[in-house]
Amino acid sequence: MIALSDFLVLGAVLFCISLAGIFLNRKNLIILLMSIELMLLAVNINFIAFSHYLNELSGQIFVFFILTVAAAEAAIGLAILIVLFRNRHTINVSHLDTLKG
Amino acid sequence: MSIEPILFYLFSAVLVFAALLVISVKNPVFAALFLVLAFFTSAAIWMLLEAEFLSIVLVLVYVGAVMVLFLFVIMMLDINLTPLREGFIRYLPVGIFVAVLILVEIAMVVGPANFGLQQIAAPAGHPADYSNTAALGDVLYTVYVYPFEIAAVILLVAIIAAISLTMRRRPQTKYQNPAEQVNVRRANRVRMVKMTAEKREP
Repeated sequence: MIALSDFLVLGAVLFCISLAGIFLNRKNLIILLMSIELMLLAVNINFIAFSHYLNELSGQIFVFFILTVAAAEAAIGLAILIVLFRNRHTINVSHLDTLKG
Repeated sequence: MSIEPILFYLFSAVLVFAALLVISVKNPVFAALFLVLAFFTSAAIWMLLEAEFLSIVLVLVYVGAVMVLFLFVIMMLDINLTPLREGFIRYLPVGIFVAVLILVEIAMVVGPANFGLQQIAAPAGHPADYSNTAALGDVLYTVYVYPFEIAAVILLVAIIAAISLTMRRRPQTKYQNPAEQVNVRRANRVRMVKMTAEKREP
């Protein structure tokens, strides 16, 4: 049988991979957004695993809301990315220093 | 040995492999496609956890909508990839160090010592006529109906924000104004001039 800890460790592995992705691709805004999506996926795996093993549906409801918010976040993030590219002709994070005081 | 652990380890291996490639491939298009693979395999893992509705929603919403949006954006933008890759090698050791450190810490908390089969037994599976969608709907439209409405409002706000952010008016573009066109009168266009006839020069 699969234990709950297997799913939780899988979620932890996924979370740490996306964390390393944020460290490694700190110049590329698109990969940063994708890493955030992966992080949310890892969290969702934890929620669903707990929901299954504790026989409680609230975890799945929470995942439902996380999916909603993540979709909204991705849409607005990509819109900001497009506006940024239109104005600056780059998506390099290190060039976004206009607000530097 | 039942088929479920084999499926779990297979899908987990594919998921971790896809996630590693998402953060390490050079081309963002391939990264997006590997993210699609990651979403598909995690949908399969959610199936193993008897969350059928959410796994289908993950495929529909994420693979069908969000990742297509990502691919559209990546392919529309003309990005010079070389400067975006700099620092990858430099931050590789610290990235791996932090990731492994956090992984070890999390695994010490959620590992088999605390959440193994002895602590939390695997639940008996639901009968074949159990509908996850119906059960979820029962809870969603009664207990969680207010958060559900707020989620709808959040999506509406996201639509409006995304459209208003990306819509642009170019000043040099020529538009037709139908109201002005319809509103025009003869007097606005033609001017009658009274003058005496003149003889043509020979």
